[in-house]
Amino acid sequence: MARIELNEIAHSYRPKPASESDFALKRIHHMWEDGGAYALLGPSGCGKTTLLNIISGLLTPTRGKILYDGEDVTDLPPEKRNIAQVFQFPVLYDTMTVFDNLAFPLRNRGHDSADVDRRVHEVAEILELTPYLKKRAAGLAADAKQKISLGRGLVRSDVAAILFDEPLTVIDPHLKWNLRRKLKDIHEQLKLTFVYVTHDQVEALTFADKVVVMYEGEIVQIGSPQDLFENPEHTFVGYFIGSPGMNFLDCTLEGDVARCNGARIRIDDAVAAKGRGIQGKLELGIRPMHLKLSSEAVEGGVPADVRGIEDQGSCRIVKVALAGKTLRARLPEGASIPEGQAWLVFPPAWTRLFADGRLVK
Amino acid sequence: MEKWEDNKAWFLVLPAFVIVAFSGIIPLMTVVNYSLQDIFGPGQAVFVGTEWFKEMLSNHRLHDALWRQFIFSGLVLLIEIPLGIIIALAMPKRGWGVSASLVILALPLVIPWNVIGTIWIIFTRPDIGLFGVGINSLDLLEVPFDHTAKPIYAWITLLAMEVWHWTPLVALLAYAGLRAIPEAYYQAAKIDGASPWATFVYIQLPKMRGVLTIAVLLRWMDSFLIYAEPFALTGGGPGNTTTFLSIYLVKLATMQFDLGPAAAFSIIYFLIVLLFSFAFYQALLNVGRGDKA
Repeated sequence: MARIELNEIAHSYRPKPASESDFALKRIHHMWEDGGAYALLGPSGCGKTTLLNIISGLLTPTRGKILYDGEDVTDLPPEKRNIAQVFQFPVLYDTMTVFDNLAFPLRNRGHDSADVDRRVHEVAEILELTPYLKKRAAGLAADAKQKISLGRGLVRSDVAAILFDEPLTVIDPHLKWNLRRKLKDIHEQLKLTFVYVTHDQVEALTFADKVVVMYEGEIVQIGSPQDLFENPEHTFVGYFIGSPGMNFLDCTLEGDVARCNGARIRIDDAVAAKGRGIQGKLELGIRPMHLKLSSEAVEGGVPADVRGIEDQGSCRIVKVALAGKTLRARLPEGASIPEGQAWLVFPPAWTRLFADGRLVK
Repeated sequence: MEKWEDNKAWFLVLPAFVIVAFSGIIPLMTVVNYSLQDIFGPGQAVFVGTEWFKEMLSNHRLHDALWRQFIFSGLVLLIEIPLGIIIALAMPKRGWGVSASLVILALPLVIPWNVIGTIWIIFTRPDIGLFGVGINSLDLLEVPFDHTAKPIYAWITLLAMEVWHWTPLVALLAYAGLRAIPEAYYQAAKIDGASPWATFVYIQLPKMRGVLTIAVLLRWMDSFLIYAEPFALTGGGPGNTTTFLSIYLVKLATMQFDLGPAAAFSIIYFLIVLLFSFAFYQALLNVGRGDKA
């Protein structure tokens, strides 16, 4: 059990990093609370795995410190840290039985056989692996193998946190749900700190209490799934979370009206007041579900062209051209969809202003 | 789909069949033919049935050569496989050292057999060879080193030759096997607190199973068929102490012109190689597999 603190971590894979762009991780300053279920969400190449390997000790960061419960572990090797890691592909000792696989980390640390036996059986019970204990690990299905990888972390009673590096990649879709459920159960049962790396937003949002969104080597937002959806603090979060992602329009401000290539959109007074003081690139953002579509001219409506409709079963996505950009509006099933000309309404409560990618608030 | 009326597609197999016939089946059948006849001269042959096989199987010179062959191939495997693995483990994993060590390792492999023999004969010669003169100047041996002087010297020279020539192949195969192990295995082993030895036994060795099977098979077959090196070194001597199966076979067939017995011998030889290769293959494929009771 431990609180993990990342103190001004930066990492570069080059021996002598010169510029900002040489860094895979730019500046990470964050605290993982004891017993939390975190998801680390971001696109491929954003530094998620690098960060995970720094926490587990497989990599030593170029700069910064890692503290476990206030104790500096930056220079400790992985086997000296109380950490377990589950990898993308199941890592097993092929020639061993399931029992021996689970017992391996304990035997390496010199536990006596009675203790090993007790711990392995406990963990096998939790993971529902008891019937397979005497089988060879190599012959099992991918989901059972991944459970064994997890089990090798759980057997160590001193384990502080378990790190998952996209652990469900090779699992069949129908088993994914089961295994994710199982992970959540285990988290509730054992109250260990879980850090779960993924690029799948559904996985992240269902698994975690707190989602940490990473983009180009930086943490751009930390929040509950709902926060991320309703109040994205960065254009990347708006674009990455939600399907389809947030709509963005380049704009300039005139009073409390945003001008987007001729279209005039009213925004919240307080936001507009703050936005006027900011130099830099301004963008308007709105979720497709909040964008209103009307077939006739309405108060505050902006004329636009309907370009196409995607039927997604429970809802319909309407593509609309405005100010040279394509926006997407999400309409409930059965709602009437205007043809050709339409008027878009941006409710000020849901229309966000971003300056250089960051939310203005 | 409609079924074809005729079977003309079989003609497509014909070229392959002709090639295999000329390269394999016809020569083999010629040997089988010889092995069943006593040939006095062109056109004068008598069918003798399995007579030559019976004679060959009870021939004590063949028995001796066979035992020598087993000991030699066994020693070759015992030295080359572990040595090759050790070299592969010690090789650099990245940087310019990789290409450099690969080129150096590959050098012995591109040298022809006869040249290897000549190199080592000169190297070990007691009058001018670096090794021969060197070891004799230390004055440690009762009989001065000379590969024709004592059987053990001839064997040492032969084994050194064979090991020098072919260990690189084992090392290259093992290296390829090691490089193919995903990084995550080593990372997991680190986190699990595995010692380097445990990492070797439980990760590296099992993952090298495939390439090591190939290495064992190749080295077994090849060393079992060894001819050029002992021929170049002592021609099978001193005495008959390095007369391996193929040396004896060539003596029988081309020096004494005993074509019938030599043909029978060839077939027995072929079957032994086949049988052992099959046994090794099965054993290596299944070691460490299956469930524990």
